[in-house]
Amino acid sequence: MKTNTIKMAAILLASTALVAGCGKKKVEELPPAAEGTNYGPPPAAPIVEANPIVPGSQEDFLQQVGQFGDRILFETDRFNVDAEDQATLQRQAQWLARYPNARITVEGHADERGTRDYNLALGERRANAAKNYLTSIGVDASRIETVSYGKERPSALGSDEQAWAQNRRAVTVTIK
Amino acid sequence: MTSFSFYRKLASFLLLIVGSHSVMAQTPPPAPDTDEPELVEFDTSKTRSIAVPALVAPAPVDTPAGNSAALGRQIAEVISSNLRASGVFETQGPNGLRAISLGEVTAPQFDYWKGRPVEQLVQGFVRVGGDGNLTVGCYLYDVGFGNETTRLGFNVPPREWRRAAHKCADAIYSRLTGELPFFDSRIAYIAETGPKGKRVKRLAIMDSDGANHRFITNGQSTALTPRFSPNYKSILYLSYVDGNPRIYVYDIDAGRQRLITQSRNPTFAPRWSPDGKTILYSMAVAGNTDIYKISASGDGTPVKLTTSPGIDVGGSFSPDGRQIVFESDRSGSQQIYVMNADGSNQRRISFGSGRYATPEWSPRADLIAYTRIAGDFRVGTMRPDGSGERLLTDSWQDEAPTWAPNGRVIQFFRTAKGSGKTSIWQVDLTGSNERQLPTPVDGSDPAWGPVLP
Repeated sequence: MKTNTIKMAAILLASTALVAGCGKKKVEELPPAAEGTNYGPPPAAPIVEANPIVPGSQEDFLQQVGQFGDRILFETDRFNVDAEDQATLQRQAQWLARYPNARITVEGHADERGTRDYNLALGERRANAAKNYLTSIGVDASRIETVSYGKERPSALGSDEQAWAQNRRAVTVTIK
Repeated sequence: MTSFSFYRKLASFLLLIVGSHSVMAQTPPPAPDTDEPELVEFDTSKTRSIAVPALVAPAPVDTPAGNSAALGRQIAEVISSNLRASGVFETQGPNGLRAISLGEVTAPQFDYWKGRPVEQLVQGFVRVGGDGNLTVGCYLYDVGFGNETTRLGFNVPPREWRRAAHKCADAIYSRLTGELPFFDSRIAYIAETGPKGKRVKRLAIMDSDGANHRFITNGQSTALTPRFSPNYKSILYLSYVDGNPRIYVYDIDAGRQRLITQSRNPTFAPRWSPDGKTILYSMAVAGNTDIYKISASGDGTPVKLTTSPGIDVGGSFSPDGRQIVFESDRSGSQQIYVMNADGSNQRRISFGSGRYATPEWSPRADLIAYTRIAGDFRVGTMRPDGSGERLLTDSWQDEAPTWAPNGRVIQFFRTAKGSGKTSIWQVDLTGSNERQLPTPVDGSDPAWGPVLP
């Protein structure tokens, strides 16, 4: 109960961060695209042109799996995939079914409140837990790489429970 | 004339004792005098004062490392600084002390030094030989008793003058504490820069006092957990250079590295056996981490030492190479276990509150250092049977102890809450004399090597 609350809070915080990040990114990217068309004829289908997302790409993956649908979170020292995580991984598997040539790396991470070597091992466990669930629902194991970053690449930078909850994660990234 | 003949007498004495064929020769330590009242147990509460005037440079000449007179002062500074940093002694000099004459080196003015007051006096000289090498004489006197207790001579290339200073400080430390030496040793560690979310981690090495610092990797890929080989010729460490965590053995002279084992699985937590012939490492296969060993020669097959479904990781050989202390969460949380070097007879030794991680066997065999996790991370020691648990530090996150070669001082790294900034610290076995080691940038994962030959 308590850990669920923390986990939810972490997802909410993370979602806020992603929304803020996306808004900023769009502002930076859109103007150059507009400038590039200033001497040609107006595009026939501007709505399609404005969407730069290539089907099957990392951007497409992130859009299709939803906000923070690229990651599952874990409790301290744990690596079990709960019902919520399964729903997240199922959406990932649906995307992978749509793009049979797409391959992914699952990155396993730990929070800073663990020793370095143990956290590398823990990150391996988490990445493999996600991989094992994906293969159990039909994704070919040969399409999934795993890598552990231990506590070396935190996503949230604070030293508190909310940050740690966000950092105990397995993140799916598409391989180009 | 008088001074010259005296100098010749000294030099011939020293040449006799050092053996000029050796790069770094040392006399055997004098047989302990059973009547010597100054030989005391290791006790940091009883600091003693030592004066270290600049070493005399008869007929000073320039060397590639500077003028020999300047070297005489710098060597005294390093001796003084080493002894002070040990926490056992208060030192005076060379700054603030008068220059001594060559004649005084073997005939100290005890009455003068009694008036400082000091209990011990270190004097010496630096001579540049025909081959360009330095001969450094180092003498220890008990001021109260008015007698000489230790004399040593070292023959070193000028660029290694600090080693002569460390050897002299080591001899004095050993003579006065009864402990084994440790100053003339080196440390491998990870130099850290950049913000918490994008830390740059480089392999680096330095002397035990932070001098002669050198970066080995350029920081383009993350480097972690180095370990000096017992002969200092190579370093085991983890690198993400190919995108995955893998252990490499880096040859310092050749500047080349190779994988310790050809495997697509991640390998981490590398350790040397005390004889340098075996490498211990951890490898995750399908998410499950176990401990393996392999010949350091690079041709041999890995031997799997643990089989539990839990995380078995790290490991540290006992000094005789017959046992391994390691970490496992097979009981449900990280705890310390001991096994025979072939993997047999695995048994848990930590039963206190909290989790226990990163065990390291003391070079003296008597203790195991570890990280205790109970909210905060603290560095502690216990006997190899798990008894006598003792915490030495108290901070937010102190991690990964490594032993000084004499088993009396422990280094570890401290992480700051929030910023994630790291620094290297050391503390002695009594938990006192905690101090930060100077590093050019942030530092973590220190690994202390043995005393240099």
